[in-house]
Amino acid sequence: MTKVENAQRYVGAPQPAPAKKDGPFFVMFWRSAVGKKWIMAVTGIMLIGFVFAHMLGNLKIFLSADAIDHYAEWLRTIGYPILPKTGVLWILRAGLLGAVVLHIWAAASLTRMNRAARPNGYKSPREYVAADFAARTMRWTGIILTLFIIFHLLDLTWGQTGVKDFKSGDVYNNIVNSFTRVPVAIAYIVANIAIGIHLYHGAWSMFQSLGINSPRFNPWRRGFAIGLASIIAIGNISIPLLVVTKVVK
Amino acid sequence: MSNINLDAKIPAGALEDKWDNHKFSVKLVNPANRRKFRVVIVGSGLAGASAAATLGELGYHVQLLTFHDSPRRAHSIAAQGGINAAKNYPNDGDSVKRLFYDTIKGGDFRAREANVHRLAQVSVNIIDQCVSQGVPFAREYAGLLDNRSFGGAQVSRTFYARGQTGQQLLLGAYQALARQVHLGNVELHNRTEMLDMVMKDGRAVGVVARDLITGAIHSYSGHAVVLATGGYGNVFYLSTNAMASNVTAAWRAHKRGALMANPCFTQIHPTCIPASDEFQSKLTLMSESLRNDGRIWVPQNAEDTRSPEQIPDSERDYFLERMYPSFGNLAPRDIASRASKRQVDVGKGVGPIKNGVYLDFDEAINRLGAPVIEERYGNLLQMYERITGEDPYKMPMRIYPAVHYTMGGLWVDYNLMSNVEGLYVLGEANFSDHGANRLGASALMQGLSDGYFVLPATITDYLAPQLGEAPISTEDPIFKQAEAAVRDRTNQMVAIKGTHSPDHFHRELGKIIWEHCGMERSAESLDKALAEIPVLREQFWNDVRVLGDTESFNQSVEKAGRVADFLEFGEELVLDARRREESCGGHFRVEYQTEDGEALRNDDDFAHVSAWEWEGEGNEPTLHREPLVYENVHLATRSYK
Amino acid sequence: MKLTLKIWRQDGPTAEGRFETYDMPAVVPDMSFLEMIDVLNERLISEESEPIAFDHDCREGICGSCSMMINGIPHGPERGTATCQLHMRKFKDGEHITVEPWRARSFPIIKDLAVDRSPLDRIIEAGGYISAPTGAARDANEILIPKEAADAAMDAAACIGCGACVAACPNGAAQLFTAAKYGHLSLLPQGQPERWTRAIGMVDEMERWFGSCTNFGECETACPKEISIDFIALLNRDYIKAQFKNRRLSGQKS
Repeated sequence: MTKVENAQRYVGAPQPAPAKKDGPFFVMFWRSAVGKKWIMAVTGIMLIGFVFAHMLGNLKIFLSADAIDHYAEWLRTIGYPILPKTGVLWILRAGLLGAVVLHIWAAASLTRMNRAARPNGYKSPREYVAADFAARTMRWTGIILTLFIIFHLLDLTWGQTGVKDFKSGDVYNNIVNSFTRVPVAIAYIVANIAIGIHLYHGAWSMFQSLGINSPRFNPWRRGFAIGLASIIAIGNISIPLLVVTKVVK
Repeated sequence: MSNINLDAKIPAGALEDKWDNHKFSVKLVNPANRRKFRVVIVGSGLAGASAAATLGELGYHVQLLTFHDSPRRAHSIAAQGGINAAKNYPNDGDSVKRLFYDTIKGGDFRAREANVHRLAQVSVNIIDQCVSQGVPFAREYAGLLDNRSFGGAQVSRTFYARGQTGQQLLLGAYQALARQVHLGNVELHNRTEMLDMVMKDGRAVGVVARDLITGAIHSYSGHAVVLATGGYGNVFYLSTNAMASNVTAAWRAHKRGALMANPCFTQIHPTCIPASDEFQSKLTLMSESLRNDGRIWVPQNAEDTRSPEQIPDSERDYFLERMYPSFGNLAPRDIASRASKRQVDVGKGVGPIKNGVYLDFDEAINRLGAPVIEERYGNLLQMYERITGEDPYKMPMRIYPAVHYTMGGLWVDYNLMSNVEGLYVLGEANFSDHGANRLGASALMQGLSDGYFVLPATITDYLAPQLGEAPISTEDPIFKQAEAAVRDRTNQMVAIKGTHSPDHFHRELGKIIWEHCGMERSAESLDKALAEIPVLREQFWNDVRVLGDTESFNQSVEKAGRVADFLEFGEELVLDARRREESCGGHFRVEYQTEDGEALRNDDDFAHVSAWEWEGEGNEPTLHREPLVYENVHLATRSYK
Repeated sequence: MKLTLKIWRQDGPTAEGRFETYDMPAVVPDMSFLEMIDVLNERLISEESEPIAFDHDCREGICGSCSMMINGIPHGPERGTATCQLHMRKFKDGEHITVEPWRARSFPIIKDLAVDRSPLDRIIEAGGYISAPTGAARDANEILIPKEAADAAMDAAACIGCGACVAACPNGAAQLFTAAKYGHLSLLPQGQPERWTRAIGMVDEMERWFGSCTNFGECETACPKEISIDFIALLNRDYIKAQFKNRRLSGQKS
């Protein structure tokens, strides 16, 4: 019996997906799950970098209103005058948007593949040993994050959520006015907890996906993930928390 | 009784030249013609997988049948300790000649010189081959291969991969096989069990097999049929063999005319974990490499109820070291096993049901440190702890002999062809190389020698003249009749609707054979077994209960068929033991022993291979003898003192 | 010991399955899990109901046949142990034990607890070997292999192909199985010539049958040989590298 016949040996015999057609290398790469995970890791690093820088910048709110407003203005003028004002910012935005799109697209596609790999699940409860809450909820924290990003843009970039006296560029006041609304502050806090959870698994997982692996530093990967996720989550949460509790006015 | 000429076809020339001479004299098949030949191989262990891979590489078309779900599960995988080869890397005086001699002597002078010498010659190629396939043998720090010593040898010639040597060698062969499957040279039929051999004009032309998933009966035809289906140790029910290991393929071939040689040569392995209760379905072997560093003892006083660590050295009896000072704990398997049995028989057994002896690492741990012991035997000790719940680093292990390997098997000539034209038998399924007792780490060597090197070189001689002839079609009436017979027999077992499970009969058979034809045999015990087995077989055919149908996956049907064959085979085994009026190797007749209880051979009357011919149900099989001629070694009494 | 077993019964690949409950009034703690099933099967046969079908063979934890999901964990609660080596002393008197087959699209249930794992063979066939035709080998000691490399390769090679990694993986991925064989061969000097084609061949074949690895790490804990997911990192890295280093691509027209 050849392989084809194997698939027809009995009703219900395992059937493979069709072999990948040949194509340009980057297409082939994208078609493979390992490639997609690699892309998720690389875009994940970009997004972590962004989130981390974003947090650092926002923490200037604790210095003074001027500090954060000045920082916001600097963002618009990076590279000026060789590039037009906000030129670099738009390049960054485009890069971020691309990263987000690829990250989500890859995730969705892998999810589909993985659902298909076990269409008929276990009928008794699983007892997970290693797969922690963070790992198992990546899809959900990912969805929360996507929704949150949209809300966040509407809220503080476009001022569409009814922030009192919203004025583009008046960062300090916009933030304080937005976060003094208790439900909004709670939403930010919850979303940032989700970021922490998502990053915790992501920051560890990316080492595996990229194949960065050495017994010398393997034990540190877990600590790195916990540290990074906690710093970003705590840093970000501190802002709505301190605003809503009127510490920052 | 048919006129069978047991010509071993041993090539002419000096012992060292025979294999070369033979390879030069056989007919060859031109590379372009090889794809025109189809070979059916049954079994995917070391011998079957290596033969299939090699024949595939050469360009033959191979159909490989295995009843396992994957070729990688064959029981070769469970061999732990290692594989011998006359490489003499440690420079301790080993040579092809010494390996040859050790094997002949270890086999108590009941193996064919020419075959054994070839095995020793080829052994060095096996290691080369396996290393090139990526088998991760243990290494020294400088990157060279490491060796250990093994029972029955005074040199270190055993290569090993932790305690998983069989696994790694099998995976090597399996991977080579997988490559050939990928290339289309080998067709792999997993979960397919051979249930009959088909002959036409006196030649083996194919097999009939049952698809274990669907229950469908299919035929596979070829220019030659190769059986590499392992040993029959499970005839004892409790053995270290895997649960599914069976004699069926060999027995079916036997019933079609292939002779069964020396079935009474069964090996009892000294280092198994004693049974803990009656439910035990199989025994677990621990590599006898443990005997390298472990010391075997029992309390001197049978009434000693102290826990082992409280018994001082002076009150322990290190009986192997005492009785066999030069080999000590490394005495050959049969000798070590009987010595242990005697200690237990006189009431010195240890453990809750006093059915074992101690194997103690205390001294080795003190000398080498626990990390070294862990490095060498870690997974074995871990396995022991898992099974018994006792920590062998603190408590001595308890061991007891168990059936492990069967030296007997289908008769083959120097080409590994049985007396049936076109039927080749490899590995443990044949009788060829180990005589009456196999040395440790030699089974893997033989399986791979047969599959990688011997069969591919000898089968051409049979195939070449068939150039231009197509294999017999599986639509031929001869196949259809065989298929119908297989179907009838399978259905018949289901139709009995008796009261006892196939396992019940297997257990009963095992009790009879272990009791009467186990480590020690006597005319009286064997006669008893000869009387009891036919009765049990009769009961089986009247009272077996096989539930379910034959048209689907049904493990009871599989099991029943195997037990039915064991019930016939067991009788022949006992008969062979009865007729061999001597003690040699694993066959120990209490009537024939020296004053100090060692095996007493009778070279005048029994320096021959006993090959049995099936004469139909209810008739006594006919005994044919192949005299064993020793031109190169002197028949000595084995002494391991 | 008294135990209650809830075992998945399914008559055939396309049949509907169901759980059936069996009381085990007298389990001996020294029994292995499979011996307990043997006892149950003997009882079922005496009651004229079909015994439970399950794959098993060596019962020494090396052949990789046994495959049971016990209380939601492949091979049961004891780490580094195949079902056949799991002993009843690890359970508590009065415990309820649920047993299911492995579940994955490419592991269809043949009957009861027996599944078809032949797709694992397909992955090996797609590159899990070193092409070393018989007879072409040079002397074994001409290839020097650092002990560390041989040991690491052996760690990976210990895989018994049971499929517990697939069963454990929430994605039904076979990454650990594939990575173990890949790691074994690619850590050795003999495995270098085919390294990059092997990476692509095995991964591409694997992805035709199984889900993708998203680094849950569940496989590692289920593996009866405790093979490390570090080998998965190696496989991933090499798959990426192979996109560039593949010698087939060097100096040749596509």
